[in-house]
Amino acid sequence: MKRAFPILAILTAGLLSYALYQALVVAPTDRLQGDVYRIIYYHVPSAWTMFTFFAINFVASIVYLIRRNLKADAVAVAAAEVGVVFNTVVLVTGPLWARPVWGIWWTWDIRLTSTLVLWLIYVSYLLLRRFSAGAQMPLLAAALAVFGALDMPLVYFSIWFFRTQHPQPVVGGGGSIDPKMLQVWMLNWLAFECFGLLVFWSRYRLEVVRREVEETQALESLLEVGNSR
Amino acid sequence: MNYLYAAYIATWVIHIAYLTSLGIRYSRVRKELEQLAKK
Repeated sequence: MKRAFPILAILTAGLLSYALYQALVVAPTDRLQGDVYRIIYYHVPSAWTMFTFFAINFVASIVYLIRRNLKADAVAVAAAEVGVVFNTVVLVTGPLWARPVWGIWWTWDIRLTSTLVLWLIYVSYLLLRRFSAGAQMPLLAAALAVFGALDMPLVYFSIWFFRTQHPQPVVGGGGSIDPKMLQVWMLNWLAFECFGLLVFWSRYRLEVVRREVEETQALESLLEVGNSR
Repeated sequence: MNYLYAAYIATWVIHIAYLTSLGIRYSRVRKELEQLAKK
């Protein structure tokens, strides 16, 4: 993976550029919203990528709770961080789309509020990991992640089961979309998933190396204490 | 159009800020590794 990483990074950069060109230039203009609808090509793929990484965090946390596997714990923290980045993108691009289309930046409807709550849950998870120490911390974090993941179905299905300001699902929800728009949408989703996976891999490697350094430092200080006696 | 560009720019500002923070953390860990190797 170490050798393949630069090649994958270049390929992903190419894919993102091509997807951006398709989104801004090639995709047809929406009859009702005009060009501002093109935010969909960043907003929705970012949301789906966010779900991917929170799902990885959920599975890794379950694995950690069952097996106390430290690699699973490192995967969980890396996935949560990347998920929060994509969640932030969703929360920023959403209001920038809502303002010209709905006339408001924000409304406390269930889709928007549950997405904000999801962000708060995973930010709390990262803060817990950052500012608490001790052997029980990964266990507490894994438990929080499992409970936090309960908000994901609420975010996803809220527009199916509740009347919300947010539009109903276009894909898989009985709505229709121009085939070219759908193609560009899927291309952008693929590009963001690839980008997210590369960032996730970097963050995972950082976590593994950081833990090795911390363990070596702890061992060294133990040896120093032993030698001084 | 301004909202469209603002959304696209904001997306990349967020990603680049995160990548920068990753880079800073990487260099910090690398320095700590070098210090450990010197000991």
